[in-house]
Amino acid sequence: MPAVSARARADGPLLEVEGLRVEFPTRRGTLVAVHDVSFSIAPGEVLGVVGESGAGKSLTGAAIIGLLDPPGRIASGRIALGGRRIDNLPYEEMRRIRGREIGAIFQDPLTSLNPLYTIGRQIAETIRTHLDMSETAARERAVALLEEVGIPAAARRIDHYPHQFSGGMRQRVVIALALAANPRLIVADEPTTALDVSIQAQVIQLLKRLCREHGTAVMLVTHDMGVIAETADRVAVMYAGRIVEIGPVSDVIHRPRHPYTSGLMGSIPSIVDERARLTQIDGAMPRLTSIPPGCAFHPRCPRAFERCSRERPELSDAGSTRAACWLHAGAVAPVQAGAQ
Amino acid sequence: MGSGDVLLELAGVSRTFDVSPPWLNRVLERKPRVLLRAVESVDLAIRRGETLGLVGESGCGKSTVARLIVGLYPPTQGTIRYEGVTLAGPGTEASDSAAQRRARRGMQMIFQDPYASLNPRWRVADIVAEPLRVQGIEASESAIEARVGALLGQVGLAAVDGVKYPHQFSGGQRQRISIARALATQPSFLVCDEPTSALDVSVQAQVLNLMRDLQRQFSLTYLFISHNLAVVHHIADRVGVMYLGRIVELAPTRRLFAMPQHPYTRMLLEAVPDLSMTGKSRTAVAGEVPNPLDPPPGCAFHPRCPFADARCRQEVPRLLPVAAGGDAACHAVEEGRIPVGSLA
Repeated sequence: MPAVSARARADGPLLEVEGLRVEFPTRRGTLVAVHDVSFSIAPGEVLGVVGESGAGKSLTGAAIIGLLDPPGRIASGRIALGGRRIDNLPYEEMRRIRGREIGAIFQDPLTSLNPLYTIGRQIAETIRTHLDMSETAARERAVALLEEVGIPAAARRIDHYPHQFSGGMRQRVVIALALAANPRLIVADEPTTALDVSIQAQVIQLLKRLCREHGTAVMLVTHDMGVIAETADRVAVMYAGRIVEIGPVSDVIHRPRHPYTSGLMGSIPSIVDERARLTQIDGAMPRLTSIPPGCAFHPRCPRAFERCSRERPELSDAGSTRAACWLHAGAVAPVQAGAQ
Repeated sequence: MGSGDVLLELAGVSRTFDVSPPWLNRVLERKPRVLLRAVESVDLAIRRGETLGLVGESGCGKSTVARLIVGLYPPTQGTIRYEGVTLAGPGTEASDSAAQRRARRGMQMIFQDPYASLNPRWRVADIVAEPLRVQGIEASESAIEARVGALLGQVGLAAVDGVKYPHQFSGGQRQRISIARALATQPSFLVCDEPTSALDVSVQAQVLNLMRDLQRQFSLTYLFISHNLAVVHHIADRVGVMYLGRIVELAPTRRLFAMPQHPYTRMLLEAVPDLSMTGKSRTAVAGEVPNPLDPPPGCAFHPRCPFADARCRQEVPRLLPVAAGGDAACHAVEEGRIPVGSLA
């Protein structure tokens, strides 16, 4: 196992995903839920992954932590953590990496915690699975973790059961659990969706502080652009299984290049400006069984032209972001593979 | 719009739920009765043609208010009047039942979950036609069919969609079906309980735009309940903020968002994530909503309030008019203890 000192802030990315393809074999043929998705996350960076239901964002996260529900499987592509390939590891080996090097936070804190054990026991067990520690040392670390995530009276609360905590506090426990072995990457799938706004702000601040202090990279999967806006450094926007735009957060939000991204931004009501009507993207995301040919967004796209229904655009440089759209493909040199 | 033209009025409405342990446990384990005060002395007037937004965090009682209004729960105390007809509370017997039925027909409800609120075994045409049949509005089958086709058209679906089942539609389309069903009785008042919370943002935008169009077309009045402040800001004319069963602030939308008065409203607005804040951090709200079974004495917000003093810990503040417009229930606002326009 690589020593902690190997966590040198090298220039290379921590997580590299290349050409990831997730498939579901069914009786009526193979459904491709994630198509040719590539991105990387640097140490200490927060990458937001947004999209509407069915865009494939959660499946991408599940593929990275090795928890795709069968029959879903990684059909092709490569996932590497710190230069080491992890998508083809045997189950037991992946189990050691999960928790130790990749922490996971899910939407519903209740399903991540065992209702029959005290939270202290669950955290200590996670610590001892991954780190060589005595029972008392693990318990001490568990208390320290609970304190770090802001649970008051941690030394007493550690012997409580999950049902004795409120929703926000439970999500803090789940974050403590994800941090237990000091992982290098946290995959957080809708971590604040089940929480009220006032609690949401607390949890987001906590996540941001923790990854600043520990240099942990975060892949933040959410449908909430507001959460992405204040948390992420870069954003990947997904549509029908593909990344349609990726770039620095403020560019994607304020100067979106892909028509889907700009439609999405316009459809979000804001407490700041007043508009009589929200921008409307007609129709709905296509089902996996009927993804349109060419650009999957073309039937809903207000700026689609003939080429869009014939040929599928690849991600290419579009100003400060990269977008998969024929509107931007012509300007620069044609599709360059392997650019940053 | 004259403020005198009140469509719906709640006066001192409270609703208590008995959540006591079973009788045997109470006797053997000497546990007391437990009462949950979900809604407490709410006064609210909704004017004809307006959209009143009601916001608050989970458990604040906003959905209970919706259910009290449409009659799914009777209030424990207080009166509910609709178009001058008393629907619940003292004086209900005095108003005649035909008038009550007419009033009920004038209000419909749209629920949050379009997957749970449509019967999966019914065809869409039957779902939309049900209120017409129950209320005996259209007599002949051909008239019902024509009306259902027209209703589906109004919400952006096709009349031929009537033969399909709910599972053949996406979430947004199902919510359109719910809206078509609600419009079937030609109501003048719709109670919408988180109608877009289960939808994706682009679909939410479609439904919100549709609701606006329908409001203009049929001069509808909406009570729009949501936990999403941005959605309420977009759709509502006036907004009420609820905290632990009480309305703590009620004001025209623009005033509420530009100059929030109650410390809880200020806190909520500070906590809303917004696209304009890339790179910035929002102010996290301290603390959590207290247990509604054991609410703090005095103002329920005082344990989280930076301006609380001795009076706040003892005396429940009343909803009083404030200089900026609207009403707020806060001793600190009333006494002018809060520095203007700033959150400490």
